[in-house]
This record gives sequence, structure tokens and C-alpha cells, in this order.
Amino acid sequence: METMAVDPFVFRLSIFVLAVFVGYYVVWSVTPALHTPLMAVTNAISSVIIVGALIAAGPAAWSLAKALGLIAVFLAAINIFGGFLVTQRMLDMFRRK
Amino acid sequence: MTADVAALAYLGASILFIMALRGLSSPAMARRGNVYAIAGMVIAVATTLAEPGVLGYDMILVALVAGGGIGTVAARRIQMAAMPQLVAAFHSLVGLAAVLVAIAAFYAPDAFGIGAPGAIKVASRIEMAIGAAIGAITFSGSIVAFAKLQELVTGAPLVFPGQHWLNLLLGLALVALGVEFAATQDGSAYLVMIALAFVLGVLLIVPIGGADMPVVVSMLNSYSGWAAAGIGFTLENTALIVTGALVGSSGAILSYIMCRAMNRSFVSVILGGFGVETGTTVKAGERPAKAGSAEDAAFILKAAKTVIVIPGYGMAVAQAQHAVREMAKALAGSGARVRYAVHPVAGRMPGHMNVLLAEANVPYEEVAELEDINNDFAQTDVAFVIGANDITNPAAKTDPKSPIYGMPILDVERARTVLFVKRSLAPGYAGIDNDLFYRPNTMMLFGDAKKVVEGILQAL
Repeated sequence: METMAVDPFVFRLSIFVLAVFVGYYVVWSVTPALHTPLMAVTNAISSVIIVGALIAAGPAAWSLAKALGLIAVFLAAINIFGGFLVTQRMLDMFRRK
Repeated sequence: MTADVAALAYLGASILFIMALRGLSSPAMARRGNVYAIAGMVIAVATTLAEPGVLGYDMILVALVAGGGIGTVAARRIQMAAMPQLVAAFHSLVGLAAVLVAIAAFYAPDAFGIGAPGAIKVASRIEMAIGAAIGAITFSGSIVAFAKLQELVTGAPLVFPGQHWLNLLLGLALVALGVEFAATQDGSAYLVMIALAFVLGVLLIVPIGGADMPVVVSMLNSYSGWAAAGIGFTLENTALIVTGALVGSSGAILSYIMCRAMNRSFVSVILGGFGVETGTTVKAGERPAKAGSAEDAAFILKAAKTVIVIPGYGMAVAQAQHAVREMAKALAGSGARVRYAVHPVAGRMPGHMNVLLAEANVPYEEVAELEDINNDFAQTDVAFVIGANDITNPAAKTDPKSPIYGMPILDVERARTVLFVKRSLAPGYAGIDNDLFYRPNTMMLFGDAKKVVEGILQAL
């Protein structure tokens, strides 16, 4: 007998939609004073795209895909280090009296 | 490591990213939030490096070190006033990385587990086409935004006849090529689609400029998130899907907040051209404005019990925030209460003024948002406007013909005296005259913001 199976895409779509809702509520709770650090840190975490770049750059043998992957690793690394550091720099400046 | 363990590790990374954003609800918690985000990134990268298909560690290490070095230097050197440019540049990198990954996935689908060359799963084809297109638009759009913010090109909107029809045509061509690729796996359709997306990214951002820059920066932030999510679907990676969704909605909310703060609809911002037609402009110089010297200003400030400083982008350009802080300290030393009022669209990105004031060691309790401080102007002795203009213009409340009519403004005109530091009587970004300059309780302090404040400081 055939059982009903959910397409894995639908699973991922569910995760995506739920994450949009989480993002919506979490971001509304961010204080406007920290909107610039918010942008810097969201920019840094969106560089998690590096996981795709690493997979493309992964094979031992050279190929076009590997070269593209390595460039993407390089670009994402600029963003990761730059994004987190600049966020830290900004947050360190927000001090009380 | 099994695929299940990897999936759980990516889930952990996603949770850490959510907690990082949650931390930004207060400055006290925010630093810890950033540490969570870094931990999440380390987990995600380490998990991927441990995957069986990832073998070429030597070159990966080179790319990581080279990129990390550049990022570190950029983050250390950047001035707070130039933060919008840096963020725009960073957005472009995310966009380009998304495009490169999407192209790599086309040539080596087996590495990503989405099929073999020439036999990629249909769903994956659709996802990679969407991810690549949004990534390309993010990349070229962010480059234009960067060039405008860095003033490599004019910041003014560039409009030409048929612009929106051209964009619509390009958009339709993009969709058609994407569908073609999804149906046939034709590599040339895929690459042409990406090329068109680069062009569309440029065309979408050139008509937007001036006062709308904060929306542009937020919007591109959002796009970079959606691009990441698109690639996340292709790679079937939850960390990427969740992060993309978080970033996408974050940028969208910031865009909405910026639009609301200007009383403009998102659509009208995207269509662009704001600030080109001058509308009801009154030529400067037709009415008398009262100008004062630094000594006059110091005299008024000395007598003030309550002072509210209203900073704008002009303060950032002149790097006057440190001098302003010194002036505030001197006034506080003689018993005055000094606070700062920040309008959501002051500066060129959301929260820009708060960062500049924090850089000058202004404690964040002294900095208030528009809705929290606006009622206090009526009981304020001096409103000190420095480098801001449109966000104080009473025409937003009184003149239905004004392009900024309906925009929430800081009610500085209710203060007993308004000191207005400005280079000249030239209009602001929106290209409209400010009635405030000619009011009897306004004193104009003409000159470079930093020099004016330093002059006042001396006279105090």
C-alpha cells in the first residue's frame, strides 16, 4: 500500500515561512537605536551562503565549479569577518553614562 | 558525520542567528548577541568543512584567509560616517557569492546532491534560477548604491523616459528565461538570465536617490536575504533557508519603517525620481533669515536650561559629532539638560545617527527617538539643529502641496529658540525650502558644522 509522503520541498518551504514569521517578530523588537548594527549583523549572517561556496570549492580536482566556489568563499569571507567585526566595533561604542 | 548530525548542527546555527537578532533589542544584550552570531557561523562553516565531499582544504584556506584579511582591515578602518557605503559594499558581496554558487551548482550539480550535469531536478532548477537572479540584482544594485553613497556618481535620481517600461520588459524577459531554463536546462538561457538580472539591478537603483537612500540600503539588505534563501533551497540547507528568511524580513521591515518615516509608499520609492522636480520651491533669499555668530549662539545656549540637539547627515559629513558632544558636556556642566532627538530617516541608513553619537561617546540614554521626545520641544529652551533639514520642515504639517506633506517631523519650531547650523539657505535632499529658516525664533548659524560648533565651544 502506498503511503502519503510529503515532498521534501514542502518541508523546506514550511521552515522558510516559519522563519519569515520569526524574523518578523524578532526584528520588530530591535530598538531603533541599533538599526545600523542590525543591518551589519544581518549582512554578516547572510554570508552563511559560504556553506554553498565551500561545497562547490570542495572537490580535490580542479573544475570551473571549484574555481567559482573558491571565489565565492573569498567574497563571503570578506563579509563574515568584516560584518562581525564592524558590528562588534559599533556595539562597543554604545555605552551608558 | 551523518547527514542527520549535519542537519542538527545547521539547526543549532539557525537558532544562534535568531538569538543574535533578539539580542539587538537592547544595547546591553547586543554584544552577547553578536557572539552568538559568530558561534553560529563557526558551527555552520565547520559542519560544511566536515562533509565528505569537501576535500580541497588548501585552496579553501587561502580563500578564507585572503577574504578574512580584507574584511578585517575594512571593518577596522571604516569611519562611522561611511557605514552606509560599507554595508552596501557588503551586500554586493553576498549577491555575487549567491550568483557564483548558483552557477557552480549548474556545472557541478552532483556535488550539491541535486542531480547530474544535464539532469538536474526540476525543483532545483527553479530554485537556482530564482537565487541567481535575486543575487545578481542585489550585486549590481548594491554597487550602484555604493557608488552613490561614496559620491563616485551623483546621488541624484537618474530618470529617463520609458524607464519603468524598460524595467518591466527586462523583468518579463528574466521570468521567461528562468522558465526556459527550468524546462530545458539550457545553460545559455541561464547565463543570459543572470546577465539581464545584473542590468536590471542597475536600472532599479539609478532612479532612486537623495532622501530615499535609507530605503535603498534597507531594500538591498532584504534582497540579499532572499537571494541567500533561494540558494538555501537549491542546496537543501536549512541554515541558509532560515538565515535568508530572517535577513529578508529584517530588510523588509527596515524598508517599511523608513518609508513610514517619510510618509511615502514603498512603490513610489521604487519608482524613484523623488527630489527631481522642485515643486513649490521658494527661491532662497527672497525672505530675510536671521543669521547669528557663534558668540550669539553661545550666549543663548548659556541661558538655556533644556537643550535638544537634532543631528542630520550634515553632522556626519563634517565629522562634527565629537565637537557636539564637547559642547553638550560644557552645557551640562553649567546645569543644562542636553538630549538628542533622532528622526528615523536622519542620515543615510537606519540608525546612522545613533551610531555616530555613540562614536562620540554620547550615552545612549540621552538619545531619544522621534515619538519619545517630540512632545518635549514645547518645554525646551533651545533646539539645536545640526546638519538636518527636511526632517524639521513644518511644511510637512501645514502645506498639502509640499512633497513632504504628511511626513512625521521633529517639532523643533515649538522650542523657544531654534539654532540652525547650516552651510547656506540651500534646500535639503527633497529640494524644498524650509519655512523654519525665516521664523522669528530661529537663528541661522552659517558655516561648516564642525567649525561652527567649535566656535560656540570657545565662546562658552
